[in-house]
Amino acid sequence: MALSRLASSHFGSNFLKPASLLLSSQRRRSISSSNETLTIETSIPFTSHNCDAPSRSVETSSSELMSFFNDMVLMRRMEIAADSLYKAKLIRGFCHLYDGQEAVAVGMEAAINSKDCVITAYRDHCTFLSRGGTLFEIFSELMGRSGGCSKGKGGSMHFYRKVGGFYGGHGIVGAQVPLGVGLAFGQKYCKDPNVTFSLYGDGAANQGQLFEALNIAALWDLPAILVCENNHYGMGTAEWRSAKSPAYYKRGDYAPGLKVDGMDVLAVKQACKFAKEHALKNGPIILEMDTYRYHGHSMSDPGSTYRTRDEISGVRQERDPIERVRKLVLAHDISTEKELKDIEKEARKQVDEAITKAKESQMPDPSDLFTNVYVKGLGVEAYGADRKELKATLP
Amino acid sequence: MSRCVKRLGKWVSLGQSKRGFSTSTIQKDGVENGVKSLNLYSAINQALHIALDTDPRSYVFGEDVGFGGVFRCTTGLADRFGKNRVFNTPLCEQGIVGFGIGLAAMGNRAIAEIQFADYIFPAFDQIVNEAAKFRYRSGNQFNCGGLTIRTPYGAVGHGGHYHSQSPEAFFCHVPGIKVVIPRSPKEAKGLLLSCIRDPNPIVFFEPKWLYRLAVEEVPEDDYMLPLSEAEVIRQGSDITLVGWGAQLAIMEQACIDAEKEGISCELIDLKTLIPWDKETVEASVKKTGRLLISHEAPVTGGFGAEISASILERCFSRLEAPVARVCGLDTPFPLVFEPFYMPTKNKILDAIKSTVNY
Repeated sequence: MALSRLASSHFGSNFLKPASLLLSSQRRRSISSSNETLTIETSIPFTSHNCDAPSRSVETSSSELMSFFNDMVLMRRMEIAADSLYKAKLIRGFCHLYDGQEAVAVGMEAAINSKDCVITAYRDHCTFLSRGGTLFEIFSELMGRSGGCSKGKGGSMHFYRKVGGFYGGHGIVGAQVPLGVGLAFGQKYCKDPNVTFSLYGDGAANQGQLFEALNIAALWDLPAILVCENNHYGMGTAEWRSAKSPAYYKRGDYAPGLKVDGMDVLAVKQACKFAKEHALKNGPIILEMDTYRYHGHSMSDPGSTYRTRDEISGVRQERDPIERVRKLVLAHDISTEKELKDIEKEARKQVDEAITKAKESQMPDPSDLFTNVYVKGLGVEAYGADRKELKATLP
Repeated sequence: MSRCVKRLGKWVSLGQSKRGFSTSTIQKDGVENGVKSLNLYSAINQALHIALDTDPRSYVFGEDVGFGGVFRCTTGLADRFGKNRVFNTPLCEQGIVGFGIGLAAMGNRAIAEIQFADYIFPAFDQIVNEAAKFRYRSGNQFNCGGLTIRTPYGAVGHGGHYHSQSPEAFFCHVPGIKVVIPRSPKEAKGLLLSCIRDPNPIVFFEPKWLYRLAVEEVPEDDYMLPLSEAEVIRQGSDITLVGWGAQLAIMEQACIDAEKEGISCELIDLKTLIPWDKETVEASVKKTGRLLISHEAPVTGGFGAEISASILERCFSRLEAPVARVCGLDTPFPLVFEPFYMPTKNKILDAIKSTVNY
């Protein structure tokens, strides 16, 4: 993945720093050990439904932990910058931020490859980044510039990346899950050794089309993995107010499920690896990621009317996915506090640079309003503010 | 109704009034003899209070309505009438409408909210196949006439693909339901109360652009405005303009500009799209000899096409120019291109001139 490469090269670049910088981290392992296997326990055990839970012991390496840290810090910084840009009215439309949930996107990506498909709803910025998208494409798209991943025509909710197997980017609650099952059928039909991850929220879990899609997937043993990102609030409604059974991993009844600590990137990685193997052999499985969004549902939701500030700060203090990795990195002497701070500064710099560059990207050409409606315009009649002069029938 | 009520349809011009952006539910100024200056969402809120107050078998439900809804239209309802009558539903539009049909079939007034008109499509089957045909196919044994579906529609300037659409034409193709769209706070309150009490299932589209922007003197009492009656909100002799909802504000500005150039425009608010008031439009077109229709939805298959065809049948020999339609373009509702897509004042003005000079 481009992102991981970026991360590891960044990690590598730390070793090129002057000796004076390295003095503070002399206790750290040598370069050759950065790919040595580390085994780390997940925060809590997995809870399973109709299947045997995978082991709590997750294999990782110091370079992987560093890339997790780097990726999540970058995502966090990116979302906070998007918040400011929205408030400055540089981002229009609706905008839903992912901060707090970073471990789901990063952990999932660590367990799969670019031939596996990912499809999600409108909280899609970080998933796009984890699938190999760039900050420039993200900020350009957010600001409606032609350099964006959807040429500026989609906006915040509609990110897509075909080469990374990222199918977007969908605006209607729950509507992407049946699509994901269709992708999985395509994979099975071609005998690809790959799977599709369909992400949806706890609010969407009550949509009828989810159950229709799951039935189809189970009936035909499709390699479809339904990932419920349970951030505990469907817009402003707490899960227990809208779901008779908020145990979303059990909602598949005949389909097995796994409840995962979605704030623990290693647990997410382990679960996704397990789910991929399971789905290729046996068909669909539900992963419930227990996670949390720090921001409100969208930019018009302050996020504090239906939950307490104490609850939010409690999650930040005790379960934050970035802090968890920071502690692991420090406990295993992989890096130093200062180096981690430097990574955070570097993320801020990368984000700022991407925003500057994105602002220079042109707005899409007005004629693009009419492209991509059909393969050809089929005679769409257009007229500008001055109806007579700019009237034209497009091909 | 109080005699102090000012003329209907007073518009607070877009983007100028600071008062239009007030967030308080009840506006403080303008209190005189049971009339209050209210914005559109507060007027809707007042109508819902009255509806729940006057009929103990009425219920308000939808996504997040218990907290006041995303546009604050249901503020205070749960506190006053309790969580058994004003309640949140899960995020499942099909379930909300289907549930509402059943609730209405038991003789209740079910007031359902779909958070955005763009999200109504999962419920399309329930509305088209269940709600609209319940009375007909059961030989009048059953009906869901107590069902009213409220949903905000239309552009807001930066809503993008899924928070801006105007899907009214889809529902106008369905005999058995009514489609109503108000243009202002006072209209919204009276029409909504009529819809809730009408013995037919109704889809009530609320112009979300005007929720805070449109401010008008609204009587505080319980009043209803008739359905299927259009209103001539501006008299004129050269051309008839027909529209509904938020678009009327734009059309009125075009009328004012046209007047400066000596063109006298008659502006009609259709209010109810089906069954619609053909007679009022027909009488006006027979007088002016010209017709222009404007709506935000894409021009092809929009409700303007139906009006155009009907008026052509009735007024063919009286028409002096082709019927003009100034509507949204035949593209998905765009994000950055919204200003190009919209049927703006200048587009309408140009169309008025070219129709009059045909």
